[in-house]
Amino acid sequence: MATPRPRIRLDRNEISAGETIEVKTLVSHIMESGQRRDGDGNVIPRKIINTFKCEFDGQVVFSCDIEPAVSANPYFQFVVAPPRSGTLTFTWIDDDGSEITATEDVVVN
Amino acid sequence: MNLVLNRRQALLAGVGAVAAASGMAGASAPALAAADDASAAILEFTGGAEPTMGRVMLDVPEIAENGNTVPMNVFVDSPMTDGDYVAEVLIVADGNPRPGVATFHFSPMSGRAQANTRIRLAGTQNVIAVAKMSDGSVFMDKKEVKVTIGGCGG
Repeated sequence: MATPRPRIRLDRNEISAGETIEVKTLVSHIMESGQRRDGDGNVIPRKIINTFKCEFDGQVVFSCDIEPAVSANPYFQFVVAPPRSGTLTFTWIDDDGSEITATEDVVVN
Repeated sequence: MNLVLNRRQALLAGVGAVAAASGMAGASAPALAAADDASAAILEFTGGAEPTMGRVMLDVPEIAENGNTVPMNVFVDSPMTDGDYVAEVLIVADGNPRPGVATFHFSPMSGRAQANTRIRLAGTQNVIAVAKMSDGSVFMDKKEVKVTIGGCGG
């Protein structure tokens, strides 16, 4: 399966010191809950993204432990207040150990 | 009040009692068990402390047409400085097969303790947000969501 390409939107890339940036992220993922059964009555094994994190130059700013009760194609909106110019790294970790990553540069004047 | 019941009133009272009893035994029992799981999950998160209502604002729709994607927003009132910030926020749905929904971890670099996502709700139930501050104090908010079509394959 091709690695899904996450969608990330920052409300702006350039801020003055002390301001905040609103981040919206969405990644395509089935988020199979492990509660459903197929036509033969067998439980469909769980396959979800169990962790999402956003790091700023290697330091975790925001992260989330995810249970099957998060909807398919998990969407997260949150806020970051980077103290200086740098790179935001976004990581989604699947139950099978695979990771999806993306980066965004931010400028602080 | 007239304490002498005529035949019609006695019959109605009896029917009501039977309906209430079967309701308790049938529909409510699993929901109550799930609610117990939810309180256990909250107590584990807080380390045994009872969270106080306040400072947390949980925003969910009163009525959700589709339980598969229910928008949920949580905001915690906090200065978010190095010395005083929101460390974690636990989201619990007390009527789901598994009560845990998500745990958000914030840091002083978050700027604002706010997060928004979309969750699955198996049916009409309470959604609870519990926030743990950097000093260890815990606060919560609780909202009921009426779900027309359940999520979780139901």
